[in-house]
Amino acid sequence: MKVIELTKLDGFTSVSLLKDTDITGVFCCDLLSVAMGKAPAGSAWVTVMANVNTLAVASLTDVACIILAEGVSFDESLIEKAKEEGIAVFKTDLPVFEAALQIHKSL
Amino acid sequence: MADLMELNYTVSNEDFTRAGEASSDVKKKLKQLGVSPDAIRKVAIALYEGEINMIIHAYGGKIKVTISENAITLVLADKGPGIADVEKAMQAGYSTAPDKVRSLGFGAGMGLPNMKKNSDQMDIQTEIGVGTTVTMVINI
Repeated sequence: MKVIELTKLDGFTSVSLLKDTDITGVFCCDLLSVAMGKAPAGSAWVTVMANVNTLAVASLTDVACIILAEGVSFDESLIEKAKEEGIAVFKTDLPVFEAALQIHKSL
Repeated sequence: MADLMELNYTVSNEDFTRAGEASSDVKKKLKQLGVSPDAIRKVAIALYEGEINMIIHAYGGKIKVTISENAITLVLADKGPGIADVEKAMQAGYSTAPDKVRSLGFGAGMGLPNMKKNSDQMDIQTEIGVGTTVTMVINI
């Protein structure tokens, strides 16, 4: 499944840019230090942690995209920063597990 | 063995919005040099954790990155309070980070263990009230 195809999933909205990158798995974690060490490159990273460091971790780990679950969102400045850094970001009102499951089923 | 490149960065105190600037820059440069993605990821993780540590605990500090033919050496030096018990600090889950830091998603006691896990050699020199220097080597 490609990042751009996430827009076809119910309840997922793109807030940054869309990419043609493959999603190779799903990773869920809110502790940035754990995500930093464990998030697989190419995964869709589902989290409720929405601050500037989320973007830094996403960029450094080369995840395919960030999924902000539970209705959390980035403010405008973070959305701009995500675009600048070429990071795809989606938001959804689904809980973390449900969001991850939806993506997992579509892989 | 000749050093190919040396990079220097300053990490500012308490500025979480700028955490990762050094790691991002080093990552870009290593990509340009054609270093393997696996080694780049290790360097990026080790350095980012180091940056975060210096912001949380040590009022910022200096980073020196030396790239040579077969290794990348990261030296992170600060004039912070020093680490009272290095052995304890190395245990996953042990943390002295304040709640403010935890609310940002850090302070889980994973920093130093992540740094060790991602480097081929790691050395910590620390003195209470003087500062800490962490040296990490990642083979490429």
